[in-house]
Amino acid sequence: MAPLLSMQGIDKAFAGSVALDKAALIVGAGEVHGLIGQNGAGKSTLIKILTGVYERDAGEVTFEEQSLRVASPREAQARGLSTIYQELTLVPLRSVTENVTMGYEPRSRFGLIDWPKAHRRTREILTGFGIDIDVRAPLGEHSTAIQQLVAIARAVSLEARLVIMDEPTSSLDEREVSVLFSVIERLRASGTSVLYVSHFLDEFFRICDRVTVMRDGRDVADHAIVDTRKSALIADMLGRDIDEVESAGMTELGGGTASVGELVFEAKAVATNRRLRHLDIAVRRGEIVGLGGLLGSGRTEAARAVFGADELSSGSLHFMNQAAPPKTPADAIAAGIGFLTEDRKAEGIIPDMSVRENLTLALLPALTRNGRIHRGEERELVDRFIRSLGIKASHRDQPIRELSGGNQQKVLLARWLAIHPKLLILDEPTRGVDVGAKFEIQSIIREHVESGVGVLLISSEFEELVEGADHIVVMQDGVSVSRMSNPGITEERLVSAIAHSAQVSE
Amino acid sequence: MMQAQSLRAWLVRYGMLIALAALLLVNVLVTPNFLQMQTLFVNISQVATIAIVAIGMTLVIATGGIDLSVGAVMALAGAIAPLVFTSAFGIANPTLGLLAAIVLPLLVAMACGLFNGLMISVLRVQPIIATLILFISGRGIAQVLTNGNLQTFSNPAFSYLGTGRVLGLPFQGWLALALALLAFWLVTRTIHGRHLLALGGNERAAELSGVPVRRVKIGVYMICAFLAGIAGLIVVAINSASDAARNGNLMELDAIAAAVVGGALLQGGRAPVFGALIGAVIIQLVKYTLLANGIEDEVALIAKAAIIVAAVALQQGRRE
Repeated sequence: MAPLLSMQGIDKAFAGSVALDKAALIVGAGEVHGLIGQNGAGKSTLIKILTGVYERDAGEVTFEEQSLRVASPREAQARGLSTIYQELTLVPLRSVTENVTMGYEPRSRFGLIDWPKAHRRTREILTGFGIDIDVRAPLGEHSTAIQQLVAIARAVSLEARLVIMDEPTSSLDEREVSVLFSVIERLRASGTSVLYVSHFLDEFFRICDRVTVMRDGRDVADHAIVDTRKSALIADMLGRDIDEVESAGMTELGGGTASVGELVFEAKAVATNRRLRHLDIAVRRGEIVGLGGLLGSGRTEAARAVFGADELSSGSLHFMNQAAPPKTPADAIAAGIGFLTEDRKAEGIIPDMSVRENLTLALLPALTRNGRIHRGEERELVDRFIRSLGIKASHRDQPIRELSGGNQQKVLLARWLAIHPKLLILDEPTRGVDVGAKFEIQSIIREHVESGVGVLLISSEFEELVEGADHIVVMQDGVSVSRMSNPGITEERLVSAIAHSAQVSE
Repeated sequence: MMQAQSLRAWLVRYGMLIALAALLLVNVLVTPNFLQMQTLFVNISQVATIAIVAIGMTLVIATGGIDLSVGAVMALAGAIAPLVFTSAFGIANPTLGLLAAIVLPLLVAMACGLFNGLMISVLRVQPIIATLILFISGRGIAQVLTNGNLQTFSNPAFSYLGTGRVLGLPFQGWLALALALLAFWLVTRTIHGRHLLALGGNERAAELSGVPVRRVKIGVYMICAFLAGIAGLIVVAINSASDAARNGNLMELDAIAAAVVGGALLQGGRAPVFGALIGAVIIQLVKYTLLANGIEDEVALIAKAAIIVAAVALQQGRRE
């Protein structure tokens, strides 16, 4: 039988930089097909070409044995291709029925919308999914999971042949994930194909029939899921040799470095409602503990839990001599924890504020006497940091948005160094900065570690972790699965630890 | 292209002052008796209430919010004051009664602000909806308190708020200036002001940097309502009468217009307090110009709308 969808030799470049290079993707009828790859591997570009958001530079797409070239997502939908995006494209204030039938409402004899019929059909589809909700209630009253399922219901009502799901579980809890999976099962049973994009390896083994791995704009592997295992997928994603990955083993790792500093903080069996299921980690004075793992393994969630940004659902956190763990970021800061966030723009800088105001934001309570900011002290401190960190700004009062990424990052780093942290959580501290700034930022961090700060370092760059960290805790699916210590960690060993833990939990 | 850009930048920077100068010039040429002390007094005493409310509105807008309830809060505060000093207690204890007639309405105003702040920060209702509640019900309560009647009174000490002179100029003009200075100090010199701007500039980043988001939001709506309460008292003092149906009517529009003309960004992150002051003067002058030249009040509304549109259009250009 001919495949439902075949994409062959797809090229796409943006302003000279190649996003896709002869990429191929084949999805069979009634198949749940996984698509996986690191950030920038070309997954979303490929999907956007398929759904008519981008136009391909070269290549052939056939769908239902006909050549397919669609100019818009709407056209793609008309051809039987429905996409469920990460950010939902529904209308939360309208009823469930309206969201499912919008644009294709059943009409009565007089050309008016036949609401009883619309409600009935919507209810039928959702009941088929095993969910029983009030279809007349506004969509926004239901959970994200239900909203996601409603989006799928819409696809079903439009008689989609292929439903594309782009990281559908990233905001769902585990119970909701199982509901979603049972719906996917039903879609498969009814002959609808699903293209499933996710960062969570486990999910592929739970739900997919086949999986395509992408790297650097090409498809590098296409496995039937029963013929592969996690370590193989990881090896494909990272471009490493699977034998090397698996044979390295972990037996020689661990031990060797006796920790000398006193404990800064310790997390025992910490879980939150945001994909953090079990975190065991400890950081001592003057050491860097790295958090390794793939995207979506729960590293940022671990950081948020420690910082008091997410509520703990179970487990315990002990920080120095504090009796209770921080409940809010303000508490955490007062206790001496700094958190350099991953997303500089959304969670870091206040763009319209000056370098000075951005730099002292977390320290402000300490610069204040009876509510009044001590401006002389503030200026002095800011100038000192601009000098010592080599921040390139025309003036301390220059708006931070005018600085380069690397210099913005240094200002944010200074925001946390200024509070004299006992624990510094760094989430991808050198992402998106140039090589020079990266080196400078790393040496600043090292300097402060030597003066006794404990650091929790999250990085997707294995090199940064391997060379920087005293210990690395590997995370997978929200669980801290293994721990290793320097000296003795190599990039190969880290990769194999990530793969190994994947194997263990299989 | 570049020229259009720089023209726009220039307009954004100086547009407010140009508009003010143009208005003054037109009035000098057209309006009879414009260059009289009496004209100055009338305008100062009228602009003061707009300015005072606009200062509070500017602070609220700086957090990315809006407060539609200021006019209703004015009516409420204004309705309570005469009830207090005309009560048996107020007549028996004139001094204490006068004090209570000022303090009590302001406390009620702040309670309104607390309500707004809680709705917005704890229940996470959108500011425009949350403040709509008191926009509607606040004036209603004021009318119920006064049985819907115009309440006239004679209390020279209280009327000083609206008719007094300091150094030859209306008392409320000085009061507005003093409050602006205080707000400016709050914004530029205190941790609360810095938190306010950080919150308006990027709420998630501010929260992760330890800004007590809830407290700051509640505080700013309380300040805004407090200022509206003062304005409400002034209007009652000017008229020696409290009219719950008219006190502060459409003030929210004047205050938002003044704040926006003064350079406040509706997205938040900026609190140009003195800009709001000048914005209030512009709004007042437009009203006065049209009124003094025999043009109907309704036309003034259209003119005000045009000013807001122009100010917002210029701002949009700046953001992109």
